[in-house]
Amino acid sequence: MSETGKFGEYGGQYVPEALMPAIEELTDAYERYVLNNEDGFMNEFRERLRDFGGRPTPLQYADQLSGAYDAEVYLKREDLLHGGAHKLNNALGQVLLAKYMGKDRIIAETGAGQHGTATAMAAAHLDMPCEIYMGRTDINRQRPNVFRMRLNGAEVNPVTVGRGTLKEAISETMRDWATTVETTHYVIGSIVGPDPFPRMVRDFHSVISEEMREQSRERLGRLPDSVVACAGGGSNTMGAFAEFAEDDEVELIAVEAGGSSLAVDEEEGVAPNSATLSTGDEGVLHGARTKLLQDSDGQIMESHSVSAGLDYAGVGPELAHLVDTGRVRPVNVDDDAALEGFHRLSQEEGIIPALETAHAFGYLHENPDAVGDVTVINVSGRGDKDLQTVIEETEQRDLDVDVDMSVFDTAGGAM
Amino acid sequence: MANNPDLGTAFGRDEPAFVPYLAAGDPDYEASIGYVEALARGGADVIELGLPFSEPIAEGKTIQDAIVRALDAGMTPDRYFEFVEDVDVDVPLVCMTYYNLIYQYGDEDGPRSFVEKAADVGLTGFVVPDLPAEEADPLRTACDEFGLDLVFIVAPTTRGERLDEMREQVSGYVYVQARLGTTGARDDVSDQTDESLARIDDWKVPKAVGFGIKKGDHAARIVRAGADGVIVGSALVDIVAEGTESDEPVSAVADRLETRARELKQGALRGARERAKAGGD
Ligand SMILES: Cc1ncc(COP(=O)(O)O)c(C=O)c1O
Repeated sequence: MSETGKFGEYGGQYVPEALMPAIEELTDAYERYVLNNEDGFMNEFRERLRDFGGRPTPLQYADQLSGAYDAEVYLKREDLLHGGAHKLNNALGQVLLAKYMGKDRIIAETGAGQHGTATAMAAAHLDMPCEIYMGRTDINRQRPNVFRMRLNGAEVNPVTVGRGTLKEAISETMRDWATTVETTHYVIGSIVGPDPFPRMVRDFHSVISEEMREQSRERLGRLPDSVVACAGGGSNTMGAFAEFAEDDEVELIAVEAGGSSLAVDEEEGVAPNSATLSTGDEGVLHGARTKLLQDSDGQIMESHSVSAGLDYAGVGPELAHLVDTGRVRPVNVDDDAALEGFHRLSQEEGIIPALETAHAFGYLHENPDAVGDVTVINVSGRGDKDLQTVIEETEQRDLDVDVDMSVFDTAGGAM
Repeated sequence: MANNPDLGTAFGRDEPAFVPYLAAGDPDYEASIGYVEALARGGADVIELGLPFSEPIAEGKTIQDAIVRALDAGMTPDRYFEFVEDVDVDVPLVCMTYYNLIYQYGDEDGPRSFVEKAADVGLTGFVVPDLPAEEADPLRTACDEFGLDLVFIVAPTTRGERLDEMREQVSGYVYVQARLGTTGARDDVSDQTDESLARIDDWKVPKAVGFGIKKGDHAARIVRAGADGVIVGSALVDIVAEGTESDEPVSAVADRLETRARELKQGALRGARERAKAGGD
């Protein structure tokens, strides 16, 4: 394999032999179409991102947060991208690439349902049949996205093994791909998996930091002191960081899900968090060597987060590497802080964020001094999908910021 | 079980080898020991003994479930090594597992500690479904140091340079994947088998075919097509699953495994006779 497929010690191609030829074919297509713009692929991709997706997304000054935290806080509004999350950048790129490669079927996994939704939209847009694998737990906690996928014409296949979250969904999609590899492209949803996926998904998302950089220069005449993004697999994260990699004066902060606790229950094989960058160690999962939540034998732990999109025991190999080299600072906040961040952004800025995104705002609230004078927070997605979860989870807790839903009781059940 | 014959001897006899798979510790340690021994009695020439990993991406539903049962019953890498020492069979045992368990074992990073321990308890080699030749150098080196074999899987999609690369690294036998997809018993034999065997016709290592083989007739058909061995997993694991679900006595399940093993071995032998008659080698 070419050395470019590794990030230090991380990355690689740990997949069943049956998939290797497809991965070689994909590497070739990635190099030709994405890196070398063969047949004008990148032009078409950028055009469709503009017309179908609505790019560029705004860089917005956040008046209330800036006042509250005594810093200039800017919001990169990926929640305004079509579909309501950054995910379309990658989904559209990969579905288009599959088309250029002559594949005639699309499969994908999804956790929060945002990637599944984006893939279903892109597949409908480009007229490709599409099947999405989603864990049983996630189907139940992200119902609105299941409706959206179905409405766009995608099949949704429930995955019932294990806890029924993102990890199991990825495994099951890989099994489908091992069976159908000759006709099917697997649109992986984050910067995870075997090379070339981590590089390619990053490249499709790097439009986020490309715009951020230009918009900062235009609006501020300078680069921000920090860029803050939540991190599950890390695709919005690397998208927001990629073009700042060489700008050492810009601090890059990845906010992971601290879940309910950073402690680990070896006996039960449960890590009640998804703080892989902060607490994980090196291993091999889903095609790549990266940081993982695992027990001392190497069995993968069941992770937890209140947000389905961060609930994963692995992380992108490039982020793992950038944490080791010190370029990216991994931090985490727990479920409560994320829920409070959700309510705060909704009430103070009029933006209902995804629960994933809310972790970044939880971090800002707890550490207003850690982001410098000027910071850009990546608003990776909007929170419509999370309303049910947020109401339920909020009722169970005693949060600093809260919301009262008794209006339903006052109105009564009658129509 | 430290003095079992090596894979060369097991495949070197004048008849096709029968290579069954079971997940160690399914549904529990004691029963599983009995099941593995039953396969040996039924005519196994080599046994692929699965070390359960929590994310078995190459496995279909049958073996996924077996892995869950074994993990729930407490199987770990250290218990697995004890299992290998406890089980009383006189055929080579090959460890089938995923790379992360090999990589994590012991104090040093990398596969060396695991391979050293494997050699110590008498394992003969490895099949690692998520380790393609490109990533296999560290494991190959460790296997060479401790005298163990590293089996690679040739898929229906494997062609050209990838075949050459595997040919250089493989030892023991080559695992010919009979069809695309994951493991699981099927009711027919894939035509892809013949093509795959033809592509590696001139390899010196024995060729064992697996994925989807269920019955004696399938085994015969595969040996007629030129295979030196027949690998059967899910069809046997299905017997364990059924027995476990219906609370059948362990001895009854063991008997059924032995009977099925015998049928498969007989099928392979019949295939060899038919091949000889048809003027094959
Ligand atoms: C809005 C949003 N943000 C973030 C994520 C986490 O993914 P990643 O870490 O790849 O950006 C998700 C995943 O579903 C998401 O929906």
